[in-house]
Amino acid sequence: MNYEAVIGLEVHVQVKTRSKMFTRVAAGYGHEPNTLTDPVVLALPGTLPLMNKAALDAIIKAGLLLGCEIAPVCKWDRKNYFYPDSPKNYQISQYDQPICLCGTVEIELPGPARNVMGEHKTIPLTRIHLEEDVGKLNHGATDSLVDYNRAGTPLMEIVSEPAMHTAEEAYAYLTSLRATMIYGGISDCDMEKGQLRCDANISIRHVGETKLGVKVELKNLNSISFVRDGISHEIKRQLAVVERGGTLVQETRDYDGQTGTSQSLRSKEMAHDYRYFPDPDLMPVQVDEAWKQRLRAECPELPFDKQRRFLEQYQLPYTLTSVLVWDRTLADYFEEAAKLSGKPQAAGNWIANDLLRELGAAHHALADSKVRPAHVAALVQLVDSGAVLTNAAKEIFVEMFATGEQPDAIADRKGLKAAPTDVGELEQWCCDAIAANAKAVDEFKAGKESAINAFKGPVMKAAKGKANPKVIDETLRRLLAAQG
Amino acid sequence: MSSAPQLDIDHVAHLARLALTPEEKAKFAQQLGDVLHHIEQLKKVDVTGVEPMAHAAPVFNVWADDVAQPGLPVELALKNAPAQRDHMVVVPKVVE
Amino acid sequence: MSSELFFQPIAQLAAALDAKKFSSVELTRAVIARTKAVEARVHAFNSFDEAAVLAQAAASDARRAAGQARGPLNGIPIGLKDVIAVAGQPLTASSKILANFVSPYDATVTVKLKHAGAVLWGRLNCDEFAMGSSTENSANGPTSNPWDLARVPGGSSGGSAAALAAGEASATLGSDTGGSIRQPAALCGVVGLKPTYGLVSRYGLVAFASSLDQIGPLARTVEDAAIMLGAIAGHDERDSTSFRTEIPDYRAELKTRRGPWRLGIPKEYFGEGLDPEIGAAVEQVIAFYQKQGCEIKEVSLPHTRYCLDTYYVIATAEASSNLARFDGIRYGHRSKNATDIVDLYFQSRAEGFGAEVKRRIILGTYVLSSGYYDAYYLRAQKVRTLIRQDFMNAFREVDALLTPTSPMPAFKLGEKADPLALYLCDIYTIGVNLAGLPGISVPCGFTQSGLPIGAQLIGQPFCETDLLAIAHAYEQAHGWNTKFPFL
Repeated sequence: MNYEAVIGLEVHVQVKTRSKMFTRVAAGYGHEPNTLTDPVVLALPGTLPLMNKAALDAIIKAGLLLGCEIAPVCKWDRKNYFYPDSPKNYQISQYDQPICLCGTVEIELPGPARNVMGEHKTIPLTRIHLEEDVGKLNHGATDSLVDYNRAGTPLMEIVSEPAMHTAEEAYAYLTSLRATMIYGGISDCDMEKGQLRCDANISIRHVGETKLGVKVELKNLNSISFVRDGISHEIKRQLAVVERGGTLVQETRDYDGQTGTSQSLRSKEMAHDYRYFPDPDLMPVQVDEAWKQRLRAECPELPFDKQRRFLEQYQLPYTLTSVLVWDRTLADYFEEAAKLSGKPQAAGNWIANDLLRELGAAHHALADSKVRPAHVAALVQLVDSGAVLTNAAKEIFVEMFATGEQPDAIADRKGLKAAPTDVGELEQWCCDAIAANAKAVDEFKAGKESAINAFKGPVMKAAKGKANPKVIDETLRRLLAAQG
Repeated sequence: MSSAPQLDIDHVAHLARLALTPEEKAKFAQQLGDVLHHIEQLKKVDVTGVEPMAHAAPVFNVWADDVAQPGLPVELALKNAPAQRDHMVVVPKVVE
Repeated sequence: MSSELFFQPIAQLAAALDAKKFSSVELTRAVIARTKAVEARVHAFNSFDEAAVLAQAAASDARRAAGQARGPLNGIPIGLKDVIAVAGQPLTASSKILANFVSPYDATVTVKLKHAGAVLWGRLNCDEFAMGSSTENSANGPTSNPWDLARVPGGSSGGSAAALAAGEASATLGSDTGGSIRQPAALCGVVGLKPTYGLVSRYGLVAFASSLDQIGPLARTVEDAAIMLGAIAGHDERDSTSFRTEIPDYRAELKTRRGPWRLGIPKEYFGEGLDPEIGAAVEQVIAFYQKQGCEIKEVSLPHTRYCLDTYYVIATAEASSNLARFDGIRYGHRSKNATDIVDLYFQSRAEGFGAEVKRRIILGTYVLSSGYYDAYYLRAQKVRTLIRQDFMNAFREVDALLTPTSPMPAFKLGEKADPLALYLCDIYTIGVNLAGLPGISVPCGFTQSGLPIGAQLIGQPFCETDLLAIAHAYEQAHGWNTKFPFL
């Protein structure tokens, strides 16, 4: 009997705002414990919530980016449950009237080879709503310590339909969703900082069956690779249970990414009864066309749309586009360099290879790079015009990365220019010189290094003394090497 | 007339995180039974087509701009805490 | 008017302070002395801080001397119900669960009163978390009615009403969720005003039922209530339910509005259960307005009989959630008998809350619980719409409604042990909260046994000016407020 897995993801994304969701004390990560609190965060008696406009903007923008319907009116509900990290013992959330409904996330599955685009799918969303994050518990040997810095941080919950079937799809979904949120400036989605958290609902069923099987909620998928590994592990676990003739039970399991195992969380609570009701302290939100229009205007082109455009407009190879499009600043950087140079692919190659390599080695962010798109464009043009040869250009790039000097100036200063400007002519002179002196060729190949100088005189003479000796040397060596 | 539903006081007290003595349970169940019995008359009201009233006035979009303001100094934030250590609130060990 | 400073209304005290007849320190000392003299019998306060209050009085005198007095409240001792936060002062809501809690922040009304130069005096007793109609549900023990110490002052703002009636403050603030300002005002013979929902910020008011709670003044005269309302009303960003509206000069407007008004008499408020002496007293009030040329019209609020049930569903549901934060984790009473974290909640809350609070939490939790939400909470919210519509329909024909405030005068301490019997004390006041309207209770006489009686005027939303003017006209012609209890 063939089984298929059915996976739905609930993703929590912290919204990047200066202040918290329902009070104006600063939101942030990595601060000393309990230094980001105020009477509202601590739920002191008498305190009341006050909505953060920027968080609403962010979620509407997220909804627009993902093609959601934005509800004309949404409201706030209290989700009642007791937990030490929840100061009010209720969480302000959105129950039956979330701000965003439906929508989709486009994903790309791995292709047959690295340089071939994989299959694209759209994963439908159920809803996105806004709520507030809880505090953080630090567990000691005999007690736990509560830090409320995180409590009240705006948090979006993005719920997918149970529409994925493999761990790869879930992985691709999360990758795409994360890029979209970062693109929109909605969140930094740093999973290590808990800015993006993922729970998965996983069940299996016979292929062809439309009803969902017994659902297991997998928690603590704290990195994107844990999501893939955890889901894959859970599917295998469920299949093994069924194949043994066992019965699956609805439960919540905790995935441990370090050991690659999961454990059932004993339900300490009777069936959850959150007693949702509309929060009387908060007024509903009404979203009109003008508001949506204003945010729509701020929405960036999404990575997959950009990739399709790069493929078509710049005729870039797939591999190059998949390096360039996932980071919005890198993609913008590329486009500027492409425009300035008029040679998109060459510019793209310099960026994808040399620039990223140098940035990685130096541990620099793109924003800190002294090499700006204009530098890349100038270098592309130097190479294209034959003013410098590729190897020289590589050297220029390294120098340019270190100093931020213009490539032309570096070439001049370091004598890296190929002169005369016609590279073909120089090559011809070199060929002629080699052809005219078979003895020196033999000596050079026999290991007599100085034999190469015998060719340089005639070449320099033909160039009327204006050729770059270094370039002549390189060219001669290349040609000699090519002779085998 | 006793159409009021039976109040499962154990279940509700559990949801509300209230430890009740057997005496309290018996007393509350009886008293709240009377109150619920009284409340049953709400069922007589024809509410067809009536909008629920969540707020006294229909006002929308009450918010503030995202401008961070200073909060409580940690000492003041924890001043009323029954137990604290390392600038955090101490609670019995939470088993997740 | 009494010659005793502690019985004089604000308007008179402010004029005398301006005329330098005495200082705020002298006034405050008089109030402190009075408090010390009667407090053992009245027990209106949970706590007070003499040093702090005298420092405020001295500061107000210094402002006055420097020509920087801030209006009529400058230097006036004002008592606050112990559900309103004052930075550095205890905030207990008369509950064991907050026994040692000191607020690190000011309620918005506190900020406003400080801004007006008021001298904030003491923490006034009330029913625990403002749940009750007699101030017997206080962890600190009951407050007595100054007119008869064996009787209750009403509630939940019983301390606010009793302190004022006993001369222990010049005015007080209470909170009113179902009548908690107006009913004790009526039972103690003072003026009590529950403003329109949204007129006064709730920020810093310990929440009982968020969609019903409103802070308001208790005062010796309608004019004093107008002065107090002017000081505390106004939009507050921290309370999203507070309304953006112009705040008129309520006190000045008293003189400009003279009627005649059209007054509605809701027939449902004069039926079974109304004490005949109260009924008769309110009839006299109606007769007065009629003589003044007011049009008196019988109106009907047909859903009145559902007010109590609607109220107990909505108020307890909201309370069950609002009181979840009292868990002994970040502040408040933490049980020493808990075995683990879950037990900590159960034990701390069991030890910290009194019986009435537990009852209401249970009821509120139940009506919100799975399977019952639609039948109770949602239905109650719909009936609430109908109740409000009743009032709005009546206001098409009349400017205000006139009713008794309480169906009965002050009853004996311990007399009403059955919760349902106590809930019935609120039948004339809760409709106003459900509809979000302003209501005022003004003294309108005494029973034969000498217990105060109050009449309630109910106004249209944000029409406090008219409401105060109507009440003022009656008060000016009667002067019930010139009688004081003998203590």
